Amino acid sequence: MSKKELNIFKLLSQKPWEPSQAAIDNQHDGKTLASSKAKLGVRTIMVVSTVIFSLFVVSYSDRMLVHDWKNLSEPWLLWINTAVLIVTSFVFHKVKIFSDQNNFEKAKNSMLLVGFLSFVFITGQLLVWQHYINIGQYVSTNPANAFFYLFTALHGLHLMGGLFFWGRATTKLFRNNYNINKIKQAIELCAIYWHFLLIVWFILFGLMIAT
Amino acid sequence: MSDDYRDNKIETKSADSSSGSYVPSADTIPAQEIPDQELYHAKSFWTKWVFCQDAKVIGVQYALTATAIGFIGLILSWGMRLQLGFPETFSFLGPATYYQSVTMHGMIMVIYLLTALFLGGFGNYLIPLMVGARDMVFPYVNMVSFWMFLVAVLVLIASFFVPGGPTGAGWTLYPPQAILPGTPGSEMGIVLMLVSLSLFVIGFTMGGLNYVITILQSRTRGMTLMRMPLTIWGIFTATVLALLAFPALFVACIMMTLDNLLGTSFFMPEIFTMGEKLDYAGGSPILFQHLFWFFGHPEVYIVALPAFGIVSDLISVHARKNVFGYRMMVWAIVIIGALSFIVWAHHMYVSGMNPWFGFFFATTTLIIAVPTAIKVYNWVLTLWRGNIHLTIPMLFSLGFIVTFVNGGITGLFLGNVIIDVPLSDTYFVVAHFHMVMGIAPLMVVFGAIYHWYPLITGRHLNQTLGKIHFWVTFVGAYAIYFPMHYLGFIGVPRRYFEMYDSPYMTSGVGLNQFITVAALVVGFTQILFLYNIFTSWYKGEKSERNPWKANSLEWHTPDYPPTHGNFGKELPVVYRWPYDFSVPGSDKEYIPQHVSPSEVPAAKAEQT
Repeated sequence: MSKKELNIFKLLSQKPWEPSQAAIDNQHDGKTLASSKAKLGVRTIMVVSTVIFSLFVVSYSDRMLVHDWKNLSEPWLLWINTAVLIVTSFVFHKVKIFSDQNNFEKAKNSMLLVGFLSFVFITGQLLVWQHYINIGQYVSTNPANAFFYLFTALHGLHLMGGLFFWGRATTKLFRNNYNINKIKQAIELCAIYWHFLLIVWFILFGLMIAT
Repeated sequence: MSDDYRDNKIETKSADSSSGSYVPSADTIPAQEIPDQELYHAKSFWTKWVFCQDAKVIGVQYALTATAIGFIGLILSWGMRLQLGFPETFSFLGPATYYQSVTMHGMIMVIYLLTALFLGGFGNYLIPLMVGARDMVFPYVNMVSFWMFLVAVLVLIASFFVPGGPTGAGWTLYPPQAILPGTPGSEMGIVLMLVSLSLFVIGFTMGGLNYVITILQSRTRGMTLMRMPLTIWGIFTATVLALLAFPALFVACIMMTLDNLLGTSFFMPEIFTMGEKLDYAGGSPILFQHLFWFFGHPEVYIVALPAFGIVSDLISVHARKNVFGYRMMVWAIVIIGALSFIVWAHHMYVSGMNPWFGFFFATTTLIIAVPTAIKVYNWVLTLWRGNIHLTIPMLFSLGFIVTFVNGGITGLFLGNVIIDVPLSDTYFVVAHFHMVMGIAPLMVVFGAIYHWYPLITGRHLNQTLGKIHFWVTFVGAYAIYFPMHYLGFIGVPRRYFEMYDSPYMTSGVGLNQFITVAALVVGFTQILFLYNIFTSWYKGEKSERNPWKANSLEWHTPDYPPTHGNFGKELPVVYRWPYDFSVPGSDKEYIPQHVSPSEVPAAKAEQT
């Protein structure tokens, strides 16, 4: 039984009319990828987000070549925020390991820590905004500023969307007698998403400090 | 439950073998590895028909909303045609109204009508039924997708009633003019348009998630990807394109909204207006064009690929013949989809690009003609020696092939830089894209509605009205767009509110009046079609089960029309592709997909 058709070229060149292939096809269980639908859903969302952020990066690279571009000097607070985000991702990884080991009591505390750290990160980003506003670096002052506000806002919104699902996963975790597999899946998917947002932030932040 | 089913089937099989008939070894049923989907069972009127999670109802909701907004688009086109055919006759048509009509007509037709109808409407209704699933994989998200679409449509309609009216920037919304005073609707209209588009993209992403994952993961047993109806292949590939292309529109919308509301300069260059320097500086309007067309060109195929798929099925069913070259049709769909991402700059030949850049995009554009031509040949070869029933779906399919070839060939002209430069911004372009992505997909939409209406309602549409609808639409479309090619050749520019007494308009005046009359007639015929749809819903001739004798699963549900959960107690098991018509060796005229090999022992599998 072909569980997973890895190679799209192989798939597209099947000869369904041949009796041998028909015999294989009749055994097909109707699934193309060996992955749960929720996981594929999160992956699809991540692909779409990646396209969105890539197009912003392309626009950034195009716009920064114009002479009116003035680089922003990143405050040290941004480095702290980045560190917070790294720690958040690390803690989330621990949560996933705990839930894999069915150690839900430990997972509960770490899960709450993840939420707390994420709110700290968002607050930190808002403080950076406040800092820029105080020194007169508004969104329309310079294209570099506009991109900075845009990137942080979009990344923050993605994180808040993630926090919505974090909230649902946490509720499941704290409810007694909830389906263990569903808890595990919710935690795993949230963890993947948090790692994804960390990578996105690395790229956006890296782009902004490098230029 | 699935175990019971399995035992029964095995018994049938052994009974067959004892009677001495040939039993192919393939006639076994795989274990159901995917547990049956838990469905949300609606209890009240609200959850059953309004906030509904059943993909079939969502499909109908999408289709009705899209049709409603589409009719507004149609009425706007009348306004444009009245102005072009009989300038200075209608006092309610000023330049601002004209540009607003052009803009809203284009945006409504391309995005809110065609995209929503093909993917949201046909996609939702047909995907679960055709692949043998009970529903979409995320029914709740699917419901939210429709309501996002509805909100997007309402925001779009709201822009008609704000101060300054809707935007008149042209459907491409090019900055800087889209957000500068002087363009109609630069106050609130453009903002609402950008918000509406963003909402549409978010809503579509939720729906698209469902379409892709349902097709990949939720098919019934035996339904391999290469046994899916081409309709599903078309919708699948188009949805993947849409998931990758709509983000570009989204990004462009966000940055333009910021340029407009917060005074950033992503797209806005240094500008003087009324002798005063604006605060903008350094932005790149060309960047917007790249983003817009990186979305805009795949958008053409987001509309065209489902049409390709559906028309293949219609032709096969109504010509009682298997699709010629099924695999090649699939390959063509996938290749067209992939190539559609590297041709976008052929919309920008006159934007002042490097000649080598234009050369590259002209080449890729012409390469797309190869898989597209393969599809056209295969449709014609499917018809060749087929038992062609001139039903209304078949008439529309034939109309599609002719129209698509026509619009495709003018596309080859425009794909070449040196021919595009003089023809750019003339009515030749208008004629080309209306033929290829307006009339051609609409022909398929109409054919598909006549084909699947019995499945949705259990009744046929009125045949006489249908024939009138087809002939007036088909002949009328040519009456409208053939003369436009000529107008383009003599140099009539598009987008102009009025030509006044330009020298080249001498032969164009009468033609423009003729086109306007034809457009009004074709438009009124669509109202006749709408009347047909609504009256046939309760007065139409009752349709027997599977009236077209089709093979795909949607016609073989236990309840007809299909009800909640689609397939009753047991999901069907698939043993063949959906194109087994007049199979050599079989005494049956057609063999539905779920008929096992032992039931049609002598049938030979057809090579494709």
